[in-house]
Amino acid sequence: MDWFIYAGDDPGHKLMIMLIAMALFVLVMGLILFIVDRPANAPKWLVTAGFVGPALLMLTVGLLYPGLDTIRKSLFNRNGTEFLGLDNYVRAFTEPQFLLVLGTTALWVLVAPAAATFLGLVYAVVVDKSRFEKFAKALVFLPMAISMVGASIIWKFVYEYKPNTGAVEQTGLLNQVLVWLGGEPIQFLLQRPLNNFLLMVVLIWIQTGFAMTLLSASIRAIPDDIVEAARLDGLSGLGMFWRITIPSIRPALVVVLTTIAMTTLKSFDIVRTMTAGRYGTSIVANEFYEQSFRQNNAGFGAALAVLLFVIVIPIIIYNVRQMRLAEEVR
Amino acid sequence: MSTVAGAAGAARDKSEAVDALVSTPPEPKRTPSGINERARKAKARLSNPWASAIALIIALLWTIPTFGLLVTSVRPELDIRRSGWWTVFGDAFAGEGVFSMRNYEAALFGSSTNLISFFLNSFVITLPAVVIPITLALLAAYGFAWIDFKGRDILFVAVFALQIVPIQITLIPLLSLFVAADVNGSFWTIWLSHSAFALPLAIFLLHNFMKDIPASLVEAARVDGAGHVKIFFQVMMPLLTPAIAAFGIFQFLWVWNDLLVALVMGGPDTFPLTVRVAEMAGSRGGDWHVLSAGAFISMVIPLIVFLGLQRYFVRGLLAGSVKG
Amino acid sequence: MTIRTRRRALTLAASGAALALTLTACADTGDGGDGGGGGEGEAGSFEIDCAAFEEFGDIDGTTVTVYTTIVEPEAETQVKSYEPFEECTGVTVEYEASREMEAQLPVRVQAGNPPDIAILPQPGLLNTLVTQYDALVPAPESVEANVDEGWHESWKGYGTVDGTFYAAPLGSNVKSFVWYSPSMFEEAGYEIPETWDDLLALSQQIVDDTGGEIKPWCAGVESGDATGWPGTDWIEDVVLRTAGPDVYDQWVNHEIPFNDPQIVEAFDAAGEILKNPDFVNGGLGEVNSIATTPWTDAGFPILDGNCYLHRAANFYQTQWPEGTNVAEDGDVFAFYLPAQTTDEKPTLVAGEFIGAFNDRPEVQAFQTYLSSSDWANAKAVATPNGGWVSANYDLDPENLATDFDKASAEILGDPATVARFDGSDLMPSEVGAGTFWAGITEWFASDLSSQEVTDQIEGSWPS
Repeated sequence: MDWFIYAGDDPGHKLMIMLIAMALFVLVMGLILFIVDRPANAPKWLVTAGFVGPALLMLTVGLLYPGLDTIRKSLFNRNGTEFLGLDNYVRAFTEPQFLLVLGTTALWVLVAPAAATFLGLVYAVVVDKSRFEKFAKALVFLPMAISMVGASIIWKFVYEYKPNTGAVEQTGLLNQVLVWLGGEPIQFLLQRPLNNFLLMVVLIWIQTGFAMTLLSASIRAIPDDIVEAARLDGLSGLGMFWRITIPSIRPALVVVLTTIAMTTLKSFDIVRTMTAGRYGTSIVANEFYEQSFRQNNAGFGAALAVLLFVIVIPIIIYNVRQMRLAEEVR
Repeated sequence: MSTVAGAAGAARDKSEAVDALVSTPPEPKRTPSGINERARKAKARLSNPWASAIALIIALLWTIPTFGLLVTSVRPELDIRRSGWWTVFGDAFAGEGVFSMRNYEAALFGSSTNLISFFLNSFVITLPAVVIPITLALLAAYGFAWIDFKGRDILFVAVFALQIVPIQITLIPLLSLFVAADVNGSFWTIWLSHSAFALPLAIFLLHNFMKDIPASLVEAARVDGAGHVKIFFQVMMPLLTPAIAAFGIFQFLWVWNDLLVALVMGGPDTFPLTVRVAEMAGSRGGDWHVLSAGAFISMVIPLIVFLGLQRYFVRGLLAGSVKG
Repeated sequence: MTIRTRRRALTLAASGAALALTLTACADTGDGGDGGGGGEGEAGSFEIDCAAFEEFGDIDGTTVTVYTTIVEPEAETQVKSYEPFEECTGVTVEYEASREMEAQLPVRVQAGNPPDIAILPQPGLLNTLVTQYDALVPAPESVEANVDEGWHESWKGYGTVDGTFYAAPLGSNVKSFVWYSPSMFEEAGYEIPETWDDLLALSQQIVDDTGGEIKPWCAGVESGDATGWPGTDWIEDVVLRTAGPDVYDQWVNHEIPFNDPQIVEAFDAAGEILKNPDFVNGGLGEVNSIATTPWTDAGFPILDGNCYLHRAANFYQTQWPEGTNVAEDGDVFAFYLPAQTTDEKPTLVAGEFIGAFNDRPEVQAFQTYLSSSDWANAKAVATPNGGWVSANYDLDPENLATDFDKASAEILGDPATVARFDGSDLMPSEVGAGTFWAGITEWFASDLSSQEVTDQIEGSWPS
């Protein structure tokens, strides 16, 4: 039995286990679908369970149960030995700097997804079917292949500050540009509230590739006759963009915005790596990580995680309404 | 390739057949025109100087920081801290540029463990962690999109909402389970964890693509006597190939770049490249110049995969552009 | 004084005994004990007496897992230092290192998957593991005996929680150092300052001599998500000097408030250097650049001649770029951060501790090895490029690779030295790894006064 679980450090063994796992998975899924498909009139609950069941099972174990457990934990003290009721939440809202953290988080959710989506869309439109399309897309996609921590390191480098004295050269590109233009170098990460936007740039830089990829594919799917008809009506350039492109890919826009908003709320790597949440740049996800894994305060950390969930509720409601609308159209 | 295209073509034919049967099609009928013709018409777009300028500016802004890192990764440690990376070009021109592969040497051979084994682990982790969740998500997305069952909408919203659960809070409960089952530290735990974490977004995205497939296609198949399994494989799959490729890339990148799950669920025998790269900075973080080389080494494979799969989704997320 | 005298005598006796044992027990295995060579990059090996592990019975073929923060390249010397134990007992030591260890260890503990042994980078984590998760097993007698014999009792105290001794110290760091360039000092004719006032006078003299062109001090406290810790070290060092070790202890244990006037005074004294625009931040910018300069780079302006003084711990030795000659007559070296008078030598120290989650015999045997002077010497021999010291009395300075490490060991062994452990590691983590770090960073980044910062930190002290 152990042979199937642990491979040790033998490369061949590792690959074998991987192949066995994939074969096993295909076998089980095949069996499920076979059972569901076989009886000429399989009961609908069986078919539904066959399609949706495996995923729901994994979600329940992997995410739902831990999620509910977090809600429970948020009512307890740091190691779950004492029931506190809503004290952790009260603390979150009375902590002197926490309102600032909430405000910063709101700023992130409002700005970063919109900016990434907008830039991704613009880029997708302008390079669409150009001669360099593949290459141009690969360039913007590049940051997606870098981890968030890696990206933060790259940008920390861009924002780096060195004094403007004769003996010292700038090592940060942004300050070098300022100096070339005759300005004084700036401590970018200390400038509130500018620093928040500079941190957001990192997330936007990463997520634009995601937005571009999905939106570009969506634009491709706009039927030609629509485009043609609009052209006959005299639309072109920006008019075409606002009147035809945007409405046609609206559902894709909502999906992209939502996905990036969720990512934005959850990511703390950028803030941690670049400022550790100092100088007024902390966001809820960063505080959550700090409390849960640095201060080992499971209760307070859990309360902050639940707060993240509360913040996301409006986004969920908006999506549900969009889905309803789409349903009606169909 | 050819089978995919053929299947997509077959689906398209079917769609037209159905449209002809039903007198009022649910959508305005759209004839897929020749892609070549379309491309020719659109070629003029970049001739707009403004569009070209925007494209160029964005491409530059998006590339320069990474390029800076690339240049940095081949500079000696002290130079990195003394002058900006852009100065090497002037220096090189003057014949004084100093390049060194020291950082790459340190990144590649600085560890007692062979880097190849980290690559292998990354590969062994990534392949099932991409295939399993996508398969499960495809089935579930189909269920949510095309099987009418009670409580469907509520369930779907719940799945969608699970996206916000931060992975960090799931670590202790999941790891406890794996420890109880005595499988901790193996690849299995990593595959299962990644699969579970990927599902909400995968189901959400794939569901949206699936719903874009015209109902007429599904109806036609049903009239032909096809059950859900058959519709799933014969109608949905061929049309969704680009969407699957697109999501596959994202899932690939997330798993490939993951550090947290690998650290918590795995052990020294399963550690992927990211674990090694994260350690390159040394115990006290002083050797971070080596990180620049490490970052590039770990970027190579994702880039190859992206470029290799790009052709699948430049055509649109639904093969054959059946609908807008 | 009596304790100190006894300590010295003990040191001599013990090292003599160890030497004898080495010679008799392992005489047939070649030239193990004699150093392995300094600076050649070649790790030597060290022979130990295997008899110490007989009491643990037959443990051949068993495995002990170790989880640490010590990653490559330092990991190599750790693993190397375990070899004598592995050879003696046949136990395999599985080494796992991660920079994320401090966050991951509690996760593993709570999930029921702890390692056998964790090398805890600070006593605060030890405290959390014991009081919050009840996860550690007390140290066995053999370990306690080793620590009683080889370490000052204060070190045993840091490994003790609520009267139970859990964790033996592993290595030690000396933080009270000022790095400088010997050649620049010689050129300008500067002497190494002997007192705090000398230090301030020297700083002023550098300003005067260079016409204000060069700021004498350079500093940086940026350290990723631990940003601020080098700043707290600065303050702690100054508290030790202006208020004295007794007040320091009261402050760390919160017997006096964090914003006690004596502490505020210490902040102001540190501010005379660190918030003085004439004195900082050489080659790095204004005062507020201290907040954003990575601590790892903060001393580098010395190499360019843009800064004369940089206070950093002994382990900064390994941060200097490759090719930097660390020697009393080299590119850089360090002197002891002077106190008010030359009679006293308050010294800020820190170190790692060995926590065990399991009491299997092989785990206890390994714990015993790590807490012994044998290990300290084996580690010294296995670290050919230096950057490691221990406050273990029986560490033979000859085994240390560099002159600087020997100097560090000398300070640790000096009878005048009054060592105090890094306070932020001992304070509750909300403060020590939270508001103190954040507060000191703000103190540099903004114009908050010492009073305001200490008030804020005091307000965050958990009740």
